Amino acid sequence: MRYITPRKAARGLGAAGPSTGTAQHWSMTVTSVALLILTPAFIFVVATALGLPHHAVFAYFSRPYPAIVTALFLIVGMLHYINGTRIMIDDYADHTERRVAIIASQLFGWAVIAAAVYALARMALSPVVAPVAAVVVN
Amino acid sequence: MADIPRGNRPLSPHLSVYRLPMAAVTSIMTRITGQALLAGLLLIVWWLVAAATGPRAFATADWVVRSWIGYLVLLGSAWALWFHFLSGIRHLCYDSGLLLTRDDAQRASWVLIIGSVVLTLITVILFAF
Repeated sequence: MRYITPRKAARGLGAAGPSTGTAQHWSMTVTSVALLILTPAFIFVVATALGLPHHAVFAYFSRPYPAIVTALFLIVGMLHYINGTRIMIDDYADHTERRVAIIASQLFGWAVIAAAVYALARMALSPVVAPVAAVVVN
Repeated sequence: MADIPRGNRPLSPHLSVYRLPMAAVTSIMTRITGQALLAGLLLIVWWLVAAATGPRAFATADWVVRSWIGYLVLLGSAWALWFHFLSGIRHLCYDSGLLLTRDDAQRASWVLIIGSVVLTLITVILFAF
């Protein structure tokens, strides 16, 4: 028989307790407002770049506006994804399954961010291909 | 708690026999579109990494992205993105205490569904031609 009361057992398990529910909700709010601005800009950038030949795509993403918009959208978007997925995991999974899912979604989210930042940095900072491509675009 | 005797009371029959209101359907769709968006996002990130890697890698990725299945994924992603976008606005309204009556939530649900289709069509018309 358990001597602990149900109330005592539940104490501190809510989002307002020692966990970080409030901060997480606020993070979702801030990233969603950022994405309201970034989403139309990102759609415009991708739609402009799709269909261009390789050197033109390279030159396009070495320009500041496309590179910064794409980097911001993908970084903020994946942080929004990590926190949003956490909400779903907390709703649908428990115990070890929940922990594994949280860790997996975080590792996955940061891997996508790393890949995107690598690609954009390489195109934006490449000294070799960009000048050649710029001539072709002009 | 498990150690409280609750008797053998019947469970409320809910999800399987209950017609979901539109607000519930669109709420679930927000989660589904949020996860489904990964398909288009991974496609674009792969395409970006390939473009940074070199002409041969780009040729492969570009072929997939601009195949009919690639365009289908992008079209679906555009709709999912706009739906999630409008739903995000609705969540910000909810947080501010707006749209919380039953009628408003129902009406906003139709705005999400119709609005996301309209925005997708506008996106396609603006950029596909």
